Amino acid sequence: MRREQAGANKIVRKRKLTLSDRLLYAMILVIGILAGQSMGAPIQGTSMETVQETTLSGTVTMAGSTSMETFVNALAEGFMNRYPQVIVTAEFTGSSAGIEAVLAGSVDIGNSSRRLRPEEKAAGAVEHVVALDGIVVVTDADNFVRELTKEQLGEIYQGNIRNWRQVGGTDTAIVVVGREAGSGTRETFEAFLGLEDTCAYANELHSTGAVMARVSSTPGAIGYVSFEVLDDTVSVVAIDGVMPTEEAIREGLYRLSRPYVMVTKGELEKQCETVREFFLYLDAEEGKSLLRRAGGILPDE
Amino acid sequence: MRQIDSILYRSSQVSCAQAIEKAAEMIFSLCAFTAVGAVFSITLYMIANGVPAVFQAGVKEILFTTVWQPTATEPSFGILYVILTSIIGTFLAVLLGVPVGILAAVFLAEVAPRRLAAVVRPAVELLAGIPSVIYGVLGMMILNPLMYRLEQRIFADSQTHQFTGGANLLSAVFVLALMILPTVINISEAALLAVPPELKASSLALGASPVQTIFQVTIPAARSGILAAVVLGVGRAVGEAMAISLVSGNSVNLPLPFHSVRFLTTAIVSEMGYAGGLHRQVLFTIGLVLFVFIMIINGILSSILKGEKRG
Repeated sequence: MRREQAGANKIVRKRKLTLSDRLLYAMILVIGILAGQSMGAPIQGTSMETVQETTLSGTVTMAGSTSMETFVNALAEGFMNRYPQVIVTAEFTGSSAGIEAVLAGSVDIGNSSRRLRPEEKAAGAVEHVVALDGIVVVTDADNFVRELTKEQLGEIYQGNIRNWRQVGGTDTAIVVVGREAGSGTRETFEAFLGLEDTCAYANELHSTGAVMARVSSTPGAIGYVSFEVLDDTVSVVAIDGVMPTEEAIREGLYRLSRPYVMVTKGELEKQCETVREFFLYLDAEEGKSLLRRAGGILPDE
Repeated sequence: MRQIDSILYRSSQVSCAQAIEKAAEMIFSLCAFTAVGAVFSITLYMIANGVPAVFQAGVKEILFTTVWQPTATEPSFGILYVILTSIIGTFLAVLLGVPVGILAAVFLAEVAPRRLAAVVRPAVELLAGIPSVIYGVLGMMILNPLMYRLEQRIFADSQTHQFTGGANLLSAVFVLALMILPTVINISEAALLAVPPELKASSLALGASPVQTIFQVTIPAARSGILAAVVLGVGRAVGEAMAISLVSGNSVNLPLPFHSVRFLTTAIVSEMGYAGGLHRQVLFTIGLVLFVFIMIINGILSSILKGEKRG
C-alpha cells in the first residue's frame, strides 16, 4: 500500500520535473529570441546609416532651462533625424545651472531663458539668441480689465492695490497668483517690475499649468504665464497699452519678454564640428520651422 | 524491509523539504534586508544631503526665522512658518478626522447591521485607495471655490487681508481630515473587534445600555489600538504632499485658517525643480526635518504597541 503511494508520488514528481523542464526550455527559447533581436538591431541600424549621404557623427550635449524643454526636445529630435549618427542629449536643470555646466566644460551648449550676466560673459560664455518668449499677464475670463500700467501691476503684486475697483474693474478682491522661487518666468516677471523677491503672492504655484488652472477658476485672480500656453480660459491684459502679440514681442514693443539663449564656451568657430553643424541647422529653414511649431517667436524675420 | 524502505523514502522526502525550507528562508531574509537596506541608505542620504546646509545657513536661521527668500541676492531660508504649518495643519486635521473616524469604526464594529456594514466597509476601503492627486484636484475644483465665498464674506470689510481664492490652511485641513479617515477607521475597527465579547456581555448583564457599554467598556478596552490608529493618521497627514500642494496656496505665511500656507512636504515639491546650490541643499534640510517628524511619530507608535503587548 505504502509502496504504491510512494510510486504514485514518484510519478507525480517525474511529471512535475518534465513540466518545469519544459518551462526552462521555453525560457531559454525566449531569452534566445530576445538576444537575437537585440544583436540584430545594430546591424540593421548600420545598414540604414550607410544609406545616408552624411558622415557627421558625434554628440551634442546640452543642459539648462526647463522653460526651453519643448524647443530643445524638438530641435534634438529633428537634428538626430537629419544626422542619424549624432546623438543629442539634453538635461533640464535650470538656466543658471546650464550656464555653469557649459563654463565648466561638462556640456557643449547651455540653455538659458535669460540673458547672460556680465560675469558669465567675462568667464567666456557666448550667447546666441535663438527665440523670444513673451510673458503674459492673465486674469479670469470674466474680468473686464483689459489694460494695466506697469506701475499698477507693481502695486498689485506688492499687495498695495487689493481690489479691481482701484484699477477700473468691478468690486472684486484681487487674488495674486505667481510662480515659485527659482522659476525663470518669475525671475523675468519680477525683474521687469523691479520687484525681485518682494512680491506678496497669495498663491505660489510650481507649474505654468497650475497657474492657468488657478487663474481661470478663481474670480478676481491675476497671474503670469508663458506666451505659448495661452488659451481662451483666461483673459489677456495689455501692459502700458501694448498687447502681447507675436509682432509686439519680436519688435520689442511688448517689454515683458525674455530671450531663449543657447550658450557656448567661446565663439562658434571654436566649437567642434557637430556643435557648429547644430547651429547651422538652427539657422536653416528646417530648424526655424521646428522652433515656430514649438511656439517660439523668432528674433528677426 | 518494507519499514526500512519507507524510512528511506521519508528521509529523502525530509531532506528535500529541508532544502525548500532553507531556500525559502533565504529568500525571506533577502527581502527583509532589502527593506532594511533601503531605510538605512535613505537615512544616510538624507543626513548627508540635509546637514551641510545647516552649517552653511545656520540652524537658528533655518529653524527659527520666518523669511523664506531662497533666490534673493541676500537669501534667507527661514522655515519656522513652514514647520508651524505642518504641525498646526496636521493637528487640526486630526482634530476633525479622528472623532469621525473612531465613531465610524464604532458603527462598523458594534452598531451596523451586517448588510449595511457590507456596504460601508468597501466604501471606506475605496476611500483609502483613491490617489492623493484626485483629492487635490477635487479640492481645488470644489472645496476652494466654496472656501473663497466664505473668505469673501468674512473679510468683506477687511483692508489688510490678502485674498487667497480659497486656497488656504482650512482647505488643506479638510482634505487631510478626509484622507486620514480610512486609516483611522480601519485600524480602530480592528481594535474594537478585538475586544473580548465577555467584557461587553458583562457590562450589558450589569444593566448598562449598549451606548454606555460602547463608551465606557469597549472603547477604553480598545484604547491602545485606537491610539495607534490616531498616530498612523498623524503620520499620513504629515507626509501628504500632492493633495495639499493643490489646495493650500503654497505661500509661506503664518498658519491662520484663511492664510495661504506652505507645508514641509509642499515646500520640497514646489521648489525642487529649479533649485540650485544652497537653495537645493536647504530643501534637503527640510526633508530631514520631515524625516525627524516621521521618526518621532513612529517612535510613539512603537512605544504604544509595546505598551499594548505588556498590558
